[in-house]
Amino acid sequence: MENYIIEMNNIRKEFPGVVANDDITLKLQKGEIHALLGENGAGKSTLMSILFGLYTPDKGEIKKNGEVVNIKNPNDANDLGIGMVHQHFKLVEVFTVLENIILGAEPTNLGFLTTKETRKKVIELSEKFNLRVDIDAKIEDISVGMQQRVEILKMLYRENEILIFDEPTAVLTPQEIEELMKIMRVLIKEGKSILFISHKLNEIMSVSDRVTVLRKGKGIGTVNVKDTNINQLSEMMVGRKIEGIEKGKNKASNEVILKVENLVVPSKIHKNNAVNDISFEVKAGEILCIAGIEGNGQSELVYGLTGLEKITSGKVTLLDKDITNKSIRERNLTGLSHIPEDRHKFGLVLDFKLKYNLTLKKYFQEGFQNHGFINEEMIKKHSERLIKEYDIRSGRGANTIARSMSGGNQQKAIIAREIDCESKLLVAVQPTRGLDVGAIENIHKTLVLERDKGKGVLLISLELEEVLDISDRILVMYNGKIVAELDPDQTTFQEIGLYMVGAKIQDKFKATEVPAND
Amino acid sequence: MIDFKFWKKSSKTDKKDNKDKEYAFLSAVISIVVGLLVAIMLLFLLELVAPNSDFSKPILGIKKYFTYSFTSTSTFFKIFYNAAPLMLTGLAVGFAFKAGLFNIGATGQYAFGAFFALVAAILWQFPWWAALLVSIVAGAIWGVIPGLFKAFFNINEVITSIMLNWAGLYLANLLFYNLPAMHTVLPNRTDNLAFANPSAILPNFGLNQLLNTSYINIGIIIAIVVAVIIYIVLEKTVFGYEIKACGANRNASLFAGIKTKSTIIFTMLISGGLAGLAGGIVYLAGTVEFTVESHLLAMGFNGIPVALLAYSQPLAIIATSIFIGFLESSGSGLQGLYSYEMTSVILSVIIYFSAFALIVGHFIKKILKRRKNSKNDQDNETSSDLGIVPEAKPRDDEQIDQKEVVE
Repeated sequence: MENYIIEMNNIRKEFPGVVANDDITLKLQKGEIHALLGENGAGKSTLMSILFGLYTPDKGEIKKNGEVVNIKNPNDANDLGIGMVHQHFKLVEVFTVLENIILGAEPTNLGFLTTKETRKKVIELSEKFNLRVDIDAKIEDISVGMQQRVEILKMLYRENEILIFDEPTAVLTPQEIEELMKIMRVLIKEGKSILFISHKLNEIMSVSDRVTVLRKGKGIGTVNVKDTNINQLSEMMVGRKIEGIEKGKNKASNEVILKVENLVVPSKIHKNNAVNDISFEVKAGEILCIAGIEGNGQSELVYGLTGLEKITSGKVTLLDKDITNKSIRERNLTGLSHIPEDRHKFGLVLDFKLKYNLTLKKYFQEGFQNHGFINEEMIKKHSERLIKEYDIRSGRGANTIARSMSGGNQQKAIIAREIDCESKLLVAVQPTRGLDVGAIENIHKTLVLERDKGKGVLLISLELEEVLDISDRILVMYNGKIVAELDPDQTTFQEIGLYMVGAKIQDKFKATEVPAND
Repeated sequence: MIDFKFWKKSSKTDKKDNKDKEYAFLSAVISIVVGLLVAIMLLFLLELVAPNSDFSKPILGIKKYFTYSFTSTSTFFKIFYNAAPLMLTGLAVGFAFKAGLFNIGATGQYAFGAFFALVAAILWQFPWWAALLVSIVAGAIWGVIPGLFKAFFNINEVITSIMLNWAGLYLANLLFYNLPAMHTVLPNRTDNLAFANPSAILPNFGLNQLLNTSYINIGIIIAIVVAVIIYIVLEKTVFGYEIKACGANRNASLFAGIKTKSTIIFTMLISGGLAGLAGGIVYLAGTVEFTVESHLLAMGFNGIPVALLAYSQPLAIIATSIFIGFLESSGSGLQGLYSYEMTSVILSVIIYFSAFALIVGHFIKKILKRRKNSKNDQDNETSSDLGIVPEAKPRDDEQIDQKEVVE
């Protein structure tokens, strides 16, 4: 008999309209990294929320070391030694690292906080597990990678032995992912057991021992990573073979869709300019990709182009029309669609029904309104067509509140709305962030299709694979400037990486460089 | 409760919408009942500590409180007389809520509107409808100032509108002193409209003599018509769509090309205008005169519970303002038994608890959800079309988990 530290047997959890978990069994051995693989909506998060006590299962039992346990809330889970790093960190931004680690388990003496002992303990832990953190820095000042290490330290400080990582790599740079993998291996050596939720196959292959695959709420099976390969896993996850993107030939014509000249956008974080004198063109029929590590001015570049933020200087021309100082609506009507980076902040009105979200860029047009009155019939018809065409799934169709939809379907809704505008320029910022393989494939296909229709696509992405897979031309951004222009067919992962971290600058971009004034 | 039926009719689209509205209605009723019970307990408690306890007194008081409004046509019509301005200030607050703004300055806009209605009536000898228009404009001007600050400098509208409450009231006082033609009879009270300008008194079509009450006029009709107009604006028009989008997510609205700044400004303009109109309706009734006040007028603040209790729904505001109007006019029933302060305490307790309607609604949903879950255990076939659980608005910290799970 094998030694399971956690067993979840025949778990079933139903939400109105959906069975999120249907008879799922998951067994975690002591000292292993066990991956939980599945598309968005496969039920991974629900299963882990049950283990962590956020939900109670409708059926099934949870055993720890062979004994049935009843986990009613996260405190119970903590008492059993189960800790979780959530995808979106639960940290107090204005507190220091140490304050965050002890939060909820503050050591006190007669009601006064005593941090001396704790400080020692946290430093010991961070050294033992090689978790580099700046213990007195405030959370808002440290990098995402370090924030994640703080979350891990939080679990270790509470002496948890079962660690759940919910999509831990979604927010990290390639280097940070490497480091996280190392940390996970150290944790295992020290006797912890890890449940690792992911849909990134290569990460799972490189770090985990066994993997359990979920699909549409059902358990598909558990396999040893040694005995499997990426293709088999992806087939198990999606239920069919994944075809690579056939991006076809570069169809770029000479028609210039977007022309950016000497664009300067100020930064909200530091005194220097976030976008510092950038010029480029997007031609009809090409996917131009801007690669770079997060925070090198890509977001601000998009804000400047789309009018969400004021620019300092420069000129933006869309379809031969100067839109530098035009309003957002004028830009949109001139021919600009925008799939935003933050779909909750900019993309959707979460408390609105799906139909109103799908018409957010149309409602003011003739037909959707008559003399200032909203034409409900038209809105309904229009949104139902988009729902069908783009296969947007939701509990109650056009009347679903956007907040209650899954991330993938929220993104589909945004893409449907933006592409339906028939704009000549499509700006897509990390359109596949946090989505699963099937959804990513779909979005990539859509982007290629739009390109083939003769549109210009400006893709901003942090995922190098995506950059190499679907772009026709790559610009690398570093520190607010473009440092390289590359041909995806003739460059490599490593080469782009060097430009991304600023280790190399192409000669033609050096000429315009002005010394940084920091 | 007229509007409750209206709700049902208007939302034929969706079963769940009705469900939500039933919860809202239920929670409002429960909050009110709890408020009443606490008020009654308070009366008994006071009697307990009184030197010579007489427990028949609170019972008599409660009885009087609830029957008083129905003892004469005058007391009955006073309900609606009170309700009209409450409805309008409630609409002012609720309308701003829809755009994500908290117009706590309704009382200042109310005072401003009231004063200028009288200026128009007494000094300029305007007829009633023109004086009402002046009150709207005055309130709107006072309301748009916080809107401008919010739109252009992102200064919190709560702070600016609170300060403008005092500024508005004292500016009205100052103007009052500097316009001696408005108070020829008494030094700190405007002249009675019956003498100064009878054409400025809101028409009542002779009903005042027929029903023997001075508390009847077209104010309540105007208020209800305005409520219906606001409902149509919010629910049926492009402007209303933009207001609600701005209220729910200003960034996404900006992204979609909505001019969020002008939406904020127009919202505050309209909100202020509604509060100003409330002032006009009160002071053009001919029953009260403007006096120099050193503390803020309660009317603007009472709009807040009116709006909260109605979930900011314009049609529901009709009902909640009539209810609170009833509570206010019933207070007079306790005269002789209890002091004026005591009546105010009882009224405030009820209003206070009414504002808990939101929390009560949350509880009801929770209880129903639990009951439904246990039912599901018994018979597994029931597929759910109720949809209470995932679409219940999650608390902020639950949001993420909820969203990811419900796919």
